[in-house]
Amino acid sequence: MGVVEADMRAALDQPLLSVTGLTKRYGARIGCSDVSFDLFPGEVMGIVGESGSGKSTLLSCLAGHLVPDEGQVTYSGRDVLAMAETERRRLSRTEWAYVHQNPRDGLRMGVSAGGNVGERLMAVGARHYGEIRGAAADWLGRVEIAADRIDDRPSAFSGGMQQRLQIARNLVTGPRLVFMDEPTGGLDVSVQARLLDLLRGLVRDMGLSVIIVTHDLAVVRLLADRLMVMKGGRVVEQGLTDQVLDDPQDAYTQLLVSSVLQV
Amino acid sequence: MTDQAYNFAYLDEQTKRMIRRAILKGLAVPGYQVPFASREMPMPYGWGTGGVQVTAACLTPEDVLKVIDQGADDTTNAVSIRKFFQRTAGVRVTESTGEASVIQTRHRIPEAPLREGQILVYQVPIPEPLRFLEPREAETRKMHELEEYGLMHVKLYEDIARHGEIATSYAYPVKVEGRYVMDPSPIPKFDNPKLGDCPAIQLFGAGREQRIYAVPPYTQVVSLDFDDHPFVASKAPHDCDLCGADESYLDEVIIDDAGGRMFVCSDTDFCAGRQAAGHRGRLSPAEVV
Ligand SMILES: Nc1ncnc2c1ncn2[C@@H]1O[C@H](COP(=O)(O)OP(=O)(O)O)[C@@H](O)[C@H]1O
Ligand SMILES: [Mg+2]
Ligand SMILES: [Zn+2]
Repeated sequence: MGVVEADMRAALDQPLLSVTGLTKRYGARIGCSDVSFDLFPGEVMGIVGESGSGKSTLLSCLAGHLVPDEGQVTYSGRDVLAMAETERRRLSRTEWAYVHQNPRDGLRMGVSAGGNVGERLMAVGARHYGEIRGAAADWLGRVEIAADRIDDRPSAFSGGMQQRLQIARNLVTGPRLVFMDEPTGGLDVSVQARLLDLLRGLVRDMGLSVIIVTHDLAVVRLLADRLMVMKGGRVVEQGLTDQVLDDPQDAYTQLLVSSVLQV
Repeated sequence: MTDQAYNFAYLDEQTKRMIRRAILKGLAVPGYQVPFASREMPMPYGWGTGGVQVTAACLTPEDVLKVIDQGADDTTNAVSIRKFFQRTAGVRVTESTGEASVIQTRHRIPEAPLREGQILVYQVPIPEPLRFLEPREAETRKMHELEEYGLMHVKLYEDIARHGEIATSYAYPVKVEGRYVMDPSPIPKFDNPKLGDCPAIQLFGAGREQRIYAVPPYTQVVSLDFDDHPFVASKAPHDCDLCGADESYLDEVIIDDAGGRMFVCSDTDFCAGRQAAGHRGRLSPAEVV
């Protein structure tokens, strides 16, 4: 094996995101506590747990929207928490993406669909209108939004379309790491299924690394390679998705999987 | 005659010092919006209280003041501001761009080239160029700090998507000295090229929004655009009907009930000067021989 190949192999063996002892408190209340895990390139990790278990808090800390009280986050060898804000915000416009549960939080409702998708391109320096519009049209197609809706505002879109638009807007710059907080929440069941199929295709085609928060076990079964179960801010079990779902070790996970618990 | 009830130029010395500090900071960081504690002025906000405070802080008894509104010296707004400073500062006033040392303006840059030593003071309604797409003040501040200006191009993108071209024709955003994106106040984009490399000092005052910013002499000012939709400093494709000028900014004026129109220089001093020098336009009165 040549030196270059050895380096590449080594890079693939390195986690893309490495989290150690992450803790976030809201005053006396625990948001999440002592969370540790590694995410490898191309991996999809699901985070499940009942409402209030700390999933969103954890995701916000990872994406830099919240500052944790303790712990370390390393992205691609870089200490995320020690990073200058400029650098972190640049990462979140280029290599990272964040899909909010409510598309209104992740879209500019007063800007056309094309402008919403084009914004990230312009944010990283794209200055050719024709090329920006072309990329926006291409991405609308990839998320199954008709080309003739490119100049419409998202307020004229259905919930499912808004969510697909938010995904296009996030993926247009070809990020490596995507954070998703309940991306199918609040949608009709049939709309959810279509969105999940779409997401699965995009994740596979783009080789994305994903951390997806959900309370829906069907979502993680379909998308996630690995699964982390949270309760009361702590991780109670983690492992390969099939293993955790088919042979849960933790008592809480067993309840969750047996659907005794309505999460 | 100066009205003795007021301090020179109305504002007290401490307030003027505070405003001068903001102006100096603005000059040191071209295009950066400096907060200042805007004072109540004896006129409504829409009347350019920001510009009036900046002018008050700049004036000395030796100054010669010109005030224009949309290029004209004789509108109500321009006349009342000029009178205000005649009364409170006793300074000489003029309508001539060349004679003035301080020019307060709303919506125009004079046609006559400015020179070193002159100060051009703009009245600004909304200083924040990012405001229309990002209403959160904390966020726009952060965007300036981190030079995150992609949003400005989103606005231009929306323009082209909707109108086929960049339809923004006033308050056209610029980048100053390669750093801060700035709203040049609602001047026509025709005036944008005059902002850059200008020998005069340019000061911008927003009263209600409590911001002062500045463009020092000979500063680079670039109008934002796309590679395939470059900035164009457009004007009506006509000559002035009174002085024949073909490169001044024109106002369209309705002249009769039949819908007759004429185009005249918006800069009245410029137009009058050309007419006095014998230049003639399509609708100039017949020559008296
Ligand atoms: N902004 C906040 N202020 C105070 N407590 C919060 C805040 N956000 C979340 N919490 C608390 O932190 C815990 C975890 O919440 P959250 O991360 O939203 O859980 P999940 O996303 O799993 O529903 C809950 O007890 C919640 O009440
Ligand atoms: Mg949540
Ligand atoms: Zn003229």
